[in-house]
Amino acid sequence: MALITCRDLALGYDSHAIVEHLSFAVNAGDYLCVVGENGSGKSTLMRTLLGLQRPLGGEIVLGDGLRPSEIGYLPQQTAIQRDFPATVREIVLSGCQARVGRRPFYGRAEKALAGENLARMGMSALQNRCYRELSGGQQQRVLLARALCATQKLLLLDEPVAGLDPDATAELYALIERLNREGVTLIMVSHDLAAANRYANRILRIGDGRGAMTEVRS
Amino acid sequence: MIATLQQYLQFPFVRYALAVGTLIALCSSLLGVTLVLKRFSFIGDGLSHVAFGAMAIAGVLHITNDMLFVMPVTVLCAVLLLRGGRGAKVKGDAAVAMISVGALAIGYLLLNLFSASSNLSGDVCASLFGSTSILTLTQAEVWLCAGLSVAVVALFIFYYNRIFAVTFDEDFARAVGTAADGYNLLIAVVIAVIIVLAMNLVGSLLISALIIFPALSAMRLFRSFKGVTVCSAALSVACALVGMLISIVGGTPVGSTIVAADIAAFIICAAIERFRH
Repeated sequence: MALITCRDLALGYDSHAIVEHLSFAVNAGDYLCVVGENGSGKSTLMRTLLGLQRPLGGEIVLGDGLRPSEIGYLPQQTAIQRDFPATVREIVLSGCQARVGRRPFYGRAEKALAGENLARMGMSALQNRCYRELSGGQQQRVLLARALCATQKLLLLDEPVAGLDPDATAELYALIERLNREGVTLIMVSHDLAAANRYANRILRIGDGRGAMTEVRS
Repeated sequence: MIATLQQYLQFPFVRYALAVGTLIALCSSLLGVTLVLKRFSFIGDGLSHVAFGAMAIAGVLHITNDMLFVMPVTVLCAVLLLRGGRGAKVKGDAAVAMISVGALAIGYLLLNLFSASSNLSGDVCASLFGSTSILTLTQAEVWLCAGLSVAVVALFIFYYNRIFAVTFDEDFARAVGTAADGYNLLIAVVIAVIIVLAMNLVGSLLISALIIFPALSAMRLFRSFKGVTVCSAALSVACALVGMLISIVGGTPVGSTIVAADIAAFIICAAIERFRH
């Protein structure tokens, strides 16, 4: 069974639909790219999949034992985060917040997991540095490590390379591709059609109020 | 000078004032970082005016322990402001501005119409700028202040990691199943409690300074959230103690002396940051 199945989704705000009749499925191991112009509803789809807003119609069914809190998220940076005083380690640990349940503090297991994911993203050496002093690419890796602390199953990436220089972009794409090969299912919202064609195995195009799925390779 | 201080410290009410003032300074600094970073500082300011209005009503109604009335009213307004943030016709800062100046005006109006006091402008000045109210607390109020301060500190420590997560990235926290709305509500309620407590120390107009200055100073010096939080608490306590001692010895108003100490600390921290780079 698919990890996520969307049937006849209608998305939008305040009963005004931006996209309608959207049906698609995401299988384990997929690298799905969602492309479309600004305002076409990509981010709305993202927020709906994350449960941050309700669909106006249709349904989203989670399968394969995927729980709603097991969808990791790499958001676009906000203004707050750019001058936030926090170390890399503190931020990555905050990805474990769903794992601690009712306990107030992070235990040894969470700290080990944070350390592991920092190493996976090649950020161990910078773990005590302040987040706001890092380069854009390093910041994205920190947020990826945080998302991996929340889940190893499915990551939603919202324009992960926005604002990065070409070198950092290539590095981040390579890192993301490696995660996919290691078994993490990915849904990436992007402007970058070339990257979508190169890395994704399926592409969902959204525009003019509807969506169409293309299989690139299987 | 030390002799004068020793003489004053023999009075129990001076010792109470120092203890309660230190506790209030400690808890008011804790949420400062969150408020500054979440761009919530204006809510703190608005709520302090609400507390002034509530205090005026309590005065008119002759409620003896006015904290028991002011506290629930302020907490209720905090909840309403946060809830009203989404979906309301009047948005965010406009709603805060409306409520805060409205409460100020109505409070002053009520005091003028119904107050039995012979020294009205003195009373108003005392609740706006604190003057000496920290020295005139009754035993019951001292215990109430101390209990609430300890509760605020305990809540903050218990929810420290959640508050960090919700401050840094609310959407992410929500996506992984943290009840962000609940924590926002908790933050608003705690702020309301802190404001009512701090009103005794510095008066309603100066409360924001007590909440925001230590956080801003600490953010000049430290780079981790934990470092900033601990430093801001330490700075706040130190400034409050220094301010209160100076005001006892020099006879200056307590609230504005503490805020002046906070400003001095901020200038020093900013200078240290400059010097480092």
